Amino acid sequence: MATAPVVETPPAVVATSPVVHRKKGILSHWRLYAAISPFYLLFLAFGLIPVGFSLYLSFHRWDGLGSMEFAGLSQYRYLLGDSQFWTAIGNTIIIWALATFPMIFLAIITAVLLNSAVRFKNVYRFAFFLPNVTSIVAVAIIFGSVFSTNFGLMNAVLQALGLDQVAWLNSPWGIKVAIATLMTWQWTGYNAIIFLAGLQTIPSELYEAARMDGAGPVQTFFRITLPLLRPVLLFVLVISTVTGLQSFSEPQVLLQTTDNNSSFAGGPGHAGQTMVLYFFQQTFDNNDFGYGAAVAWGIFLVVILFSIINWRLVQRRGED
Amino acid sequence: MASIKGSRQRGIALHLVLIVGLLLSVFPFYWAVIMSTHSSTEIFSYPPKLLPGSHFLENLRHLFDSVDFFGSMFNSLLVAGSVTVLVLFFDSLAAFVFAKFQFPGRRVLFALMMAIFMVPAQLQAIPQFVIMAKLGWIGSMTALIVPAAANAFGIFWMRQYMKSAIHDELLDASKLDGAGFLRQYWHVALPVVRPGLAFLGIFTFMGQWNDYAWPLIALTNPDNVTLQVALSQLNGVHGTTDYGMVMTGALLALVPLLIVFAIGAKQIIGDLGKGAIR
Repeated sequence: MATAPVVETPPAVVATSPVVHRKKGILSHWRLYAAISPFYLLFLAFGLIPVGFSLYLSFHRWDGLGSMEFAGLSQYRYLLGDSQFWTAIGNTIIIWALATFPMIFLAIITAVLLNSAVRFKNVYRFAFFLPNVTSIVAVAIIFGSVFSTNFGLMNAVLQALGLDQVAWLNSPWGIKVAIATLMTWQWTGYNAIIFLAGLQTIPSELYEAARMDGAGPVQTFFRITLPLLRPVLLFVLVISTVTGLQSFSEPQVLLQTTDNNSSFAGGPGHAGQTMVLYFFQQTFDNNDFGYGAAVAWGIFLVVILFSIINWRLVQRRGED
Repeated sequence: MASIKGSRQRGIALHLVLIVGLLLSVFPFYWAVIMSTHSSTEIFSYPPKLLPGSHFLENLRHLFDSVDFFGSMFNSLLVAGSVTVLVLFFDSLAAFVFAKFQFPGRRVLFALMMAIFMVPAQLQAIPQFVIMAKLGWIGSMTALIVPAAANAFGIFWMRQYMKSAIHDELLDASKLDGAGFLRQYWHVALPVVRPGLAFLGIFTFMGQWNDYAWPLIALTNPDNVTLQVALSQLNGVHGTTDYGMVMTGALLALVPLLIVFAIGAKQIIGDLGKGAIR
């Protein structure tokens, strides 16, 4: 992110001269405040107040209709021992890892190849970016048919190869692999474009110097490309952590038909139930708004902790 | 000579790998076309069909019989269109202020806005639902449009763009000509930042078109939903029985997006890279 630091220059004072400014005070800027007010009003109504309210709610029992009942810390205590929530945390992290590491690996390779390919670069970029602009619901439906147990393409391929079929959307690991494959497919090209932009900031003299010193392509990649790409790598990792740990649509659409009780159950044995799916199930299926709020804060904590750990790991590796 | 031959071979190998990647990227779309043109019996048979069939019109008729496809598409267009217009206006106006003017509280307000980036949607979901239920918006498109009408990302993005694109001399000159704040915004700032607006507009439209979690909760009337929710309903009810029909719906829902993307691809891909390494 910081490869080309933006220098903060003080903006020119266009509105008023300093003297007038002091005389008229804040009121003289009413146009400016009016111009930025829509965002802050919306933020107040649908951002700040809701966040405060959800904190309040997490200390109460409420079904959304009746009266609220003070519950103290009991819902958080329950959350700590809630095995389904811990399963959901585990599922989320496993799916995130299954999707993110192959995705980053493939994206870097794609970016390096694109960077050295001269012809058709725009065609490739367009095609690789395509998965990312498509609606997640449509794509999840398509992947559902690819991974379907009875007539899915994956099993047809396995059968053609003489291998055993897999009940993809009915087994704990099959479910996770299917969701992760969908995420990898959707985000590889997007991140490759970001890595490509990072690669293009690396001066070509560095590569020439390395070639002069007799470095091979592999050595050049690990000694020059990867270290200089670290800021971009950090950016990609943080973004995919924050979005990946809050995945909802992919597992929801893929697994909504496999359980009749709740469309947020995440498949047989909750094997594909992510943290956010669990939040939706508790809140909007069970109408347990109070406990749902506690779950939401739990998710927030997990995402923050996990992001910090990731950040530290990547930075530490950089210091060696 | 040997080295030229070697580099040509390497070039061919490179393109082969890229072509494999390209095929993997577009294959699911091809697969959707295959399935949407076959009947259920054909889909359930082995070996799988790999070429388009002839049942597209039949699937299309089933689709229109099972769900109000055009009604939901209209809702999606209404939501995505209104949000895009509102976001472009409000975000660029606020960005203009943050980029070019000095006023008390500017730093604090900007920092506050950036902090909002970090707040996850689940923390807001329950109270938002409660507030909107009180306002009587639940079940209507208003519940989707109003909270999305201005956002921190767009303001931040446009501010970065305006800081470099709008020259202070231009603003000074227009001020000498007697232009007020709104005229400066409309006649000086906006014309210069059109490419930035194009990116934000396309980005916003596609994001709204694809939005799923909040509409799923907020649109409580199953007959009045956006396209994504309608698709999900189709998949939930008919997903295991009439795959051809569901797939036809999925495919049709992608068409408007692909058109918008084809128009703005160059802008999006270029600006995305620029934004990430900033």
